[in-house]
Amino acid sequence: MRHLLSYLITRLLMAIPMVFILLSLVFVVLRVMPGDPVSSMLGGHAPEEVIERKKAELGLNKPIAIQYVEYLGKLLRLDLGDSMIFTERVSAPILDKLPATLELTVCGLLVSLGLGVPLGAFAARRRRSGRDYGIRLYANAVYCIPVYWMGLMLQLVFGVWLGWVPISGRTGPRMSSSAFSRTGFYLIDTLLTGDIQAFGDVFLHLLLPAFTLGVTLSGIFVRLTRANMLDVLKSDYILAARARGLPERRVVYDHGLRNALIPVVTMLGLQFSLLLAGAILTETTFSWPGMGRLLLERIYLRDYPTIQGIIVVYALFVSLVSLLVDLLYAAIDPRVRL
Amino acid sequence: MKRENDVRSSAAFSPASAAASLVRRFADAARKYRAEWWILLAGALIIVLIGTMTVFPGLFTRFDPMDQEAGGQMEAPSRTHPMGTDNLSRDVWARMVYGSQTILGVAIAAALLSALIGIPLGLLSGFAGGAFDKVLSLVMDSVYSFPGLILAIAFASMLGPGVVNITLSVSVVYIPTYFRLVRGQTLSIKEEVYVEAARALGARRAAILARYVLPNIVATIVVVFSMNVADAIMTEAALSYIGLGLPAGIPDWGMDLSMGKKFLPSGIWWMITFPGLMIMLLALGFTMLGEGLAEILNPRLLEK
Repeated sequence: MRHLLSYLITRLLMAIPMVFILLSLVFVVLRVMPGDPVSSMLGGHAPEEVIERKKAELGLNKPIAIQYVEYLGKLLRLDLGDSMIFTERVSAPILDKLPATLELTVCGLLVSLGLGVPLGAFAARRRRSGRDYGIRLYANAVYCIPVYWMGLMLQLVFGVWLGWVPISGRTGPRMSSSAFSRTGFYLIDTLLTGDIQAFGDVFLHLLLPAFTLGVTLSGIFVRLTRANMLDVLKSDYILAARARGLPERRVVYDHGLRNALIPVVTMLGLQFSLLLAGAILTETTFSWPGMGRLLLERIYLRDYPTIQGIIVVYALFVSLVSLLVDLLYAAIDPRVRL
Repeated sequence: MKRENDVRSSAAFSPASAAASLVRRFADAARKYRAEWWILLAGALIIVLIGTMTVFPGLFTRFDPMDQEAGGQMEAPSRTHPMGTDNLSRDVWARMVYGSQTILGVAIAAALLSALIGIPLGLLSGFAGGAFDKVLSLVMDSVYSFPGLILAIAFASMLGPGVVNITLSVSVVYIPTYFRLVRGQTLSIKEEVYVEAARALGARRAAILARYVLPNIVATIVVVFSMNVADAIMTEAALSYIGLGLPAGIPDWGMDLSMGKKFLPSGIWWMITFPGLMIMLLALGFTMLGEGLAEILNPRLLEK
């Protein structure tokens, strides 16, 4: 247990440089590039002194180094600062939108795993058969389908032509917002309030976006699972299991798949970052009110503190997930902790 | 496995012998990996086809991609307009043909730029070691683990629209890919006996890198480059889809898609179907080429 704790602490400390480096990159580039929030707020025709006064108010006339140190100081106190465009804390819109993105991402991941792992395992079992090549073609093809295009086509077929599901937003127009105020995860909120009708509505809205995100990423899980299964199926304990006369199905799926999944788990961290990127595009396509749309919206307004805040949250998130994955791995495999 | 050892131990490379061994490997592979060979050929065929479109667009369509009087507004596909017309009465097929120039140009230029920065840095870092290597690796790993598209969005929005700017934004994302690959391989090749022999004979660092390390990783780089172009295609299209890509005067598949999105509720299917199909096809071409090459040049690569 103590080993695990010291491992945890080292791993936590390792996450800090990543957040720091990304933040510095964004901070400097944001300020070096042309365009600033004051002009985007006041328009191009504001008199010079008004612009200067506003800049001084926001601290934008100080040297970049000073602005940077001040910002880092605040960040250490877990303070993301105030928006430069709206009178709000940076954390306010982020906390508001984060659950939407998480709900979409987690559901997408579930779809992705649910499709990718069984297909990959099956393909490995039937290596070099027609079905193996078929599944590999599927993996490559869906990997090359742009997420947003998949979203648009699904919208066209199931939303516009068949009219089965709504094509944008998280809820229908007549849903009361009181049902969604507890956690921000609408699926959970509606269940907590026991509002089955609202739950159905939320579920229908989530269906296409989650499916879109999940299917496009399932190709990666097919490839990962297949490759690991091929390695595992060559190992001695599989031979031993076969020698004991276990049915092939049990050998492959019980003994093989369980071990092949460990490396897949360790890759989850990187897949998660792909998932977040995919979520931005899915959000744009489905008018899903999440972090990605918030980021794009604030980029157009040049709201520096909010953009930085969003990047910090994304970076923290990626680090957190990779930390969790590592811990999970350390828990499964004691050799990691050495 | 044995053949690979032969290649490595014939340490002093000449371009001719390297080319000859590549050709030999391809010929062997063609016999041994039938399916992979077909994957490679299919990928190459797609690339050649779209490449021809890029170079000789006039052969494929007589319409101008910007001509707002090519036909009626949002006409469904017909004999004259095989992919229909868009909301500004422009011919969609012509926009696909000319749009290939943009996406292919940006993706290849971005991948080349990433390679040109990432490969030397990886060689240096892996070879030099020490604090330089530690710091650089940390930076590269940070960028690598962050969602690439979000990084590209941040850069593209800061640089503003334009062909050069979008190329830069896309290339930033993939520098770590080359860096990590090349650094890792350099670290292991550095320990090989023939490198030590060269060092003992007094070869300079630059000479060792250029003559012994680089030739050994060329095959891997070729594979990764091909896959990388596919990724760059997707990133370029994504950036222009969310409106961060190019000024309006340039035909671009991603931009056409985002325009078609507005007319989707009225069931105008041809404005979204074809641009997306083209993006997918082009990306698929490079992925298949890469996958075929990977299995043929180094069967272990994809399974790891």
